[in-house]
Amino acid sequence: MATYLFETAEHAALRAQARAFATRSVRPHARAWEEAGEFPRALYAQIAASGLLGLGYREAIGGSGGDVTHVLAASEELVLEGHSVGTVVGLGSHGIALPPIVALGTGEQIERFVRPVLRGEKIAALAVTEPGGGSDVASLRTRAVRDGDDYVVDGAKTFITSGVRADVVTVAVRTGGPGHGGVSMLVIERGTPGFSVSKRLEKMGWWASDTAELTFEECRVPAANLLGDEGSGFVAIMANFVTERVYLAGQCVAIAELAYRESVQYARDRHAFGKPLSGFQVTRHKLADMATRIAAARALTGEVASRLVAADARPELAAMAKNTATDACSWVVDQAVQIHGGYGYMRDFVVERLFRDARLYPIGGGTREIMNEVISKTEGY
Amino acid sequence: MKILVSLKRVADPDNANKIKVTPQKIETTGLEFKPNPFDEYAVETALRLTENAANTKQRLGEVTVVTFGPKEAESTLRAALATGADKAIRVDATDDALDGDLVARALAKLIETEKPDLVLLGKQEVEGDANQVAQLLAEYLGWPQATFAGSIKSEGDTALLVGREIDGGTMNLRVTLPAVVSVDLRIVAPRSVQSVHTKADHAYPEGVRFAALMAIMAAKKKSLTEVKLTDLTGDVGLKIKYTGFEPPPARKAGVKVKSVSELVEKLKTEAKVL
Repeated sequence: MATYLFETAEHAALRAQARAFATRSVRPHARAWEEAGEFPRALYAQIAASGLLGLGYREAIGGSGGDVTHVLAASEELVLEGHSVGTVVGLGSHGIALPPIVALGTGEQIERFVRPVLRGEKIAALAVTEPGGGSDVASLRTRAVRDGDDYVVDGAKTFITSGVRADVVTVAVRTGGPGHGGVSMLVIERGTPGFSVSKRLEKMGWWASDTAELTFEECRVPAANLLGDEGSGFVAIMANFVTERVYLAGQCVAIAELAYRESVQYARDRHAFGKPLSGFQVTRHKLADMATRIAAARALTGEVASRLVAADARPELAAMAKNTATDACSWVVDQAVQIHGGYGYMRDFVVERLFRDARLYPIGGGTREIMNEVISKTEGY
Repeated sequence: MKILVSLKRVADPDNANKIKVTPQKIETTGLEFKPNPFDEYAVETALRLTENAANTKQRLGEVTVVTFGPKEAESTLRAALATGADKAIRVDATDDALDGDLVARALAKLIETEKPDLVLLGKQEVEGDANQVAQLLAEYLGWPQATFAGSIKSEGDTALLVGREIDGGTMNLRVTLPAVVSVDLRIVAPRSVQSVHTKADHAYPEGVRFAALMAIMAAKKKSLTEVKLTDLTGDVGLKIKYTGFEPPPARKAGVKVKSVSELVEKLKTEAKVL
């Protein structure tokens, strides 16, 4: 069984728990949920009760403890056993929505927004990207104008994971002038007049996870929902990126690992010209290359995670890990479909789904090109 | 109530294709292991009997888990400690030097010192499916036994009303404690176990409970002691003799039939069962 170098007996025990949860509560429904474009809301409470939802958050704020290494191990196991990447990323949308609240929020804000999400009672989403621009965070246009005890918000957000059902949305808004200094984070709750889900977006992959376009029209939000000071939003978004990119790299490793295992099994079972596919050197070498690329991606992702835990956050290394892992994943799922032949193109087979899911990763959480900009800047050219 | 649960790790059935069989032995190196499912149900039963479901963090009694196995089997015990068991004992042994009778005799000796009110076991382990230890153990101890429990109701923690799964339905048996009980699959249904501490109408989630990371970490600090098999019994001889090993014949690929009549025809002419 492939694991990260940082894993201990504790991670192994956690993997067993995640596997058991996925066996019981995800795998039997994976295909149905992916086709339906949604998993039941009740699953949030179930995964919260298992202790898996709160991983990476301190017990003092309602979490289960642990750090990024525990999240990587547990979420990999959920993908490997659950077979529904969409479900796992939908369940995990709090992983990007809550950190700004935890980092900047007051005790009261944590009580109101963080705890109910970690109990599985509310769904959280992060809203940064706008229809007019994604990667260029510093030029976002959703405005929040102070009026008495409220902010009046106008604008739109798009590609919001879990946005259709979210109760708590951490929204990046412009409270000040142009540029990154004018960006603030505001928590906007479902049901606030003027806040609506304008569109449920249809995607290439991640089907079981809903994605939304959100609209704010003269939406009055209490000033008590502002996180930290006005203008502190950009730093909060940036601070979150290293962790988010490690998570995304970890998902790529998990998806590639699953595609690889499915391929190994298929190559053993499927016969052609009188022997199993694995009896052909061309297949064995393909599998060996897949295993090698996954191992390399896992090693780099693990290193970034270990450094992060040791308080050595390295944005450029996280960017390299994300690119390495997305490249490995894209290539591995493509090979997996090829090994499966015609069946690889059929929705009955999980590799077909993984192929579609994988395409998100060179785009989401900072594109491949933005990653290279991060690396270039650090390298100084 | 003090409960002792026996727990064994088994080769993960998902890895069946990795098992190598020689005429002399079954090669277990490199296999992945998981707890025997029926034993996990026994642990869950013990936890339900010793808690108020409204506050599962507080154990109202004591649950001891015991395994017979090598050092690596301790992770199975730690996992049980993480779900709520209080302490663990590993009897150092390897599978090829054990049989149901030896395990029962050694357990009986261990029970003399541990003095539990109840011994809970899975009805069988899913490797050998021998289904012997509970019955032999009750006999060696001279205690009442109830096997294949699908439901258990504690009566003041002095007796148990056990619903046994039998061919014709359910047989209700009242055993006075101390007793030996082996559990079946349905024991982990939401209302199968009624303890004296939990409200009668409480419904548990289906299945065994999960351990959160905090509990996994806390389990590292719980007591896990090692006992030598020879300290429990001077006679480590086996009653079962293994004469040889062979894998089951590989299954041939099936065929899809187009109609019922074709199926009947094949059953008559090819399978010759009709």
